[in-house]
Amino acid sequence: MGKFNEGKGKEMPAVSTASLPDIIFMLLFFFMVTTVLRENTLKVDVVTPKATELTKLIHKTLVNTIHVGKPKEQYQPIYGTAPMLQLGDAVKGPGDIPLFLENFKQKVPESKRGLIISSLKVDGDVTMGILQDIKTKLRQSNQLKINYSAKTKEQ
Amino acid sequence: MLKKKGSKGRQSNEINAGSMADIAFLLLIFFLVTTQIAEDKGVLTTLPPWSDDEPDITKLKERNVYSVLVNANNELLVRNEPMQARNLRKNAKEFISNPENRPDYAEKPEKAIISLKNDRGTKYETYIEVLNELKGAYNELRNEMAERTHGKPYEFLEKADQKVIRNKIPLIISEAEPTAFGEEG
Repeated sequence: MGKFNEGKGKEMPAVSTASLPDIIFMLLFFFMVTTVLRENTLKVDVVTPKATELTKLIHKTLVNTIHVGKPKEQYQPIYGTAPMLQLGDAVKGPGDIPLFLENFKQKVPESKRGLIISSLKVDGDVTMGILQDIKTKLRQSNQLKINYSAKTKEQ
Repeated sequence: MLKKKGSKGRQSNEINAGSMADIAFLLLIFFLVTTQIAEDKGVLTTLPPWSDDEPDITKLKERNVYSVLVNANNELLVRNEPMQARNLRKNAKEFISNPENRPDYAEKPEKAIISLKNDRGTKYETYIEVLNELKGAYNELRNEMAERTHGKPYEFLEKADQKVIRNKIPLIISEAEPTAFGEEG
């Protein structure tokens, strides 16, 4: 009986840490899959407004993003202080939108081109003039699905 | 002597895996720092197809048109009455559903049309607020209808049922070419 007890005590050594790397690797893969590397550094200041009726954009490969805002301070000597567009990593004007959309379209399979959404990340202080020019260009390029990016507003 | 040598050989054969966790941790932290969970959400809208001539809303019956004008000072004029943006949702709901059958409100929700016009100097923030309130009014009406007919909120309905309700309460926003009185910046 006493021997039996002794044996049981011996069977409880320290917990094996051999599986710890595997657990950490699982975490690592989870983060690698769920996150995206920052693609472009923003050259314009964008603080999107708040809204309540929001739709989540799920298919990231079908979304092209247009940033609109005032150029950041270090870029103001080059681009001035009037609101500008950032398409990809370059600061552009509304006239460059058709080419940008066409370039994006080339990357998308033909069957899914009708589902492309343009996400407009526009600074709240920008006036509607430049936005109207953008909308006109989008309509002329037949890119009609747009998303005014916004933050969640607490009610 | 022989025994000792044997144990030495075994030691050099096995690589210590204890630091594996640390290496994985380093990688994990690197990814945590350099990445961001990209979540893009916003007010989804569809632009009208491009045509060179402006749509003529004067052909519509005046009672069905809910005109919203926003000037360069971010003030609202709704059906020729000044209004605060926070009252817009309630007013738009009443106009669309018209529960009291008022002769100056929409005949039925299918016929209601929102006409939105702003100035080139209007702030984007105000524009989104107005658009959000109008969309909110429609979403609330659709939700109320879903509760009445199916007993559950709109978003939990089947796709086909959602379409039926969407056709009964369609969101039609006509945006006119903006005026250019205000200062752009």
